Amino acid sequence: MNQPEPFRLKVGLAEMLKGGVIMDVMTADQAGIAEEAGAAAVMALERIPARIRREGGVARMSDPSLIKEIEAAVSIPVMAKCRIGHTAEAQILEALGVDFIDESEVLTPADEENHIDKHPFKVPFVCGCRDLGEALRRIGEGAAMIRTKGEAGTGNVVEAVRHMRAVVRAIRTLGALADDELMSEAKKLGAPFELVKEVAKSGKLPVPNFAAGGIATPADASLMMQLGAESVFVGSGIFELGLDLRPEEQRREQLRMAEAIVKAVTHYREPAILAQISEGLPRGMKGLSMEGIPDEQQLAKRGW
Amino acid sequence: MPPAGAAARPRVGVLALQGDFARHVAALEALGVAAAHVALPRDLEGLEAIVLPGGESTTMLRLMAANGLRRPLEAFVRERAVLGTCAGVILLGTEAEGLPAPPLGALDVSVERNAYGRQIDSFSAPIDIPAVGGTFPGVFIRAPRLRRVAPSVEVIARRAGENGSGEPVGVRSGRVVGLCFHPELTCDLRFHSWFLTAVAGLALPAARAAAAAGPPRAETA
Repeated sequence: MNQPEPFRLKVGLAEMLKGGVIMDVMTADQAGIAEEAGAAAVMALERIPARIRREGGVARMSDPSLIKEIEAAVSIPVMAKCRIGHTAEAQILEALGVDFIDESEVLTPADEENHIDKHPFKVPFVCGCRDLGEALRRIGEGAAMIRTKGEAGTGNVVEAVRHMRAVVRAIRTLGALADDELMSEAKKLGAPFELVKEVAKSGKLPVPNFAAGGIATPADASLMMQLGAESVFVGSGIFELGLDLRPEEQRREQLRMAEAIVKAVTHYREPAILAQISEGLPRGMKGLSMEGIPDEQQLAKRGW
Repeated sequence: MPPAGAAARPRVGVLALQGDFARHVAALEALGVAAAHVALPRDLEGLEAIVLPGGESTTMLRLMAANGLRRPLEAFVRERAVLGTCAGVILLGTEAEGLPAPPLGALDVSVERNAYGRQIDSFSAPIDIPAVGGTFPGVFIRAPRLRRVAPSVEVIARRAGENGSGEPVGVRSGRVVGLCFHPELTCDLRFHSWFLTAVAGLALPAARAAAAAGPPRAETA
């Protein structure tokens, strides 16, 4: 018998997505634009975060027919979101053959205390975090990829920066602690002791660490990579563009922005290339400042 | 300033447009060669060999064109040693469906992409690689399959064990090597070591080569 190695296979796909861009798409046509632009994967959802924010109401898993259409339209991996703690939605997404499930605070949480037990699933999960403790709790539950929560649908990168810096700083701090200080630190972080020890020793998360939430420009993508992200998710930053334009112009603008962000991730340390690709881009999302968002509408505060 | 003795280390590139290039860089560095990211044509200068990593083959082909790397890479793989894993073997082959541009054509094989299905069909299976002394752990992630291998191309790795036994999953044609699985996702350095020494003809620091020849280090996920 082959030794089953479910976790290595899950993390393996996360490794394959490194150095790439994962784009939120709402239609098969948008998935095609994302693939043409060089996206490493797409996230299939009915409403991108900016729309969920505008329209309100309960945001749920997407209709399976949409996910199937998008799976049929592209050959790159297809991800989909389920609500925090909604095991049944996750089971449905697994049955649909999605390649990665995002247990996401962008949708309305189904459980305010518990996240999904992700170990029994064959499909890998990505989860959001605001700090190292949250990241390690999710990994303890079986997440094979971690991303910052940021503040989705705002076009404002400030929260993603805050969360990435918090994770990286806490990892550095662990590395400076003595072995006999780690249990106390694990208690403070609210994180599994074994994972705390592992991170203290290796100096990095045991799974890939991506950035998400408010990334709207090539420069934002470069910033997140420089802060330690290994890839970026772009939600509303592409397909909220050019909504007032005719379809073919809209497509062109969205494709340009998508291509520019992909290039920015590949060359995130090359300011000359970043300057070139940032020139004359469609105007990014108008965006929201954090002061304008009441506490109860801040998506990052969902989950723990 | 490079550390003393660094000039003597052979430089091996890893295509770093997208994918698990960091895992290949880690394996190469562990074997004592200097690993370099390749994302622009100028990055190819002074390299002895190159690795095309796992990731998305369509994405890499598009980014190759967007970054002016297509022709320089075509020329490089004709002259120097190259190892492609998973997406890498698709890039090296002569034919695969659904690609935005033709592959590099350095290996006369036809490859079927995502041939086992989606991520839930990813699996691990033992591989028989006589060149590295026998059984090797095979990690197959949304893996491709070799549908046609030209008679001039040597099969160097086959599936062992109960399922799919004998199926070719690794090939070599001169200095060009392609695998359907991911040695870089294991901690077993034997395959990289064999590629660097036997295929690329590089001399590894003796201690590193000995470490790679011994039993694999403890695995971490």
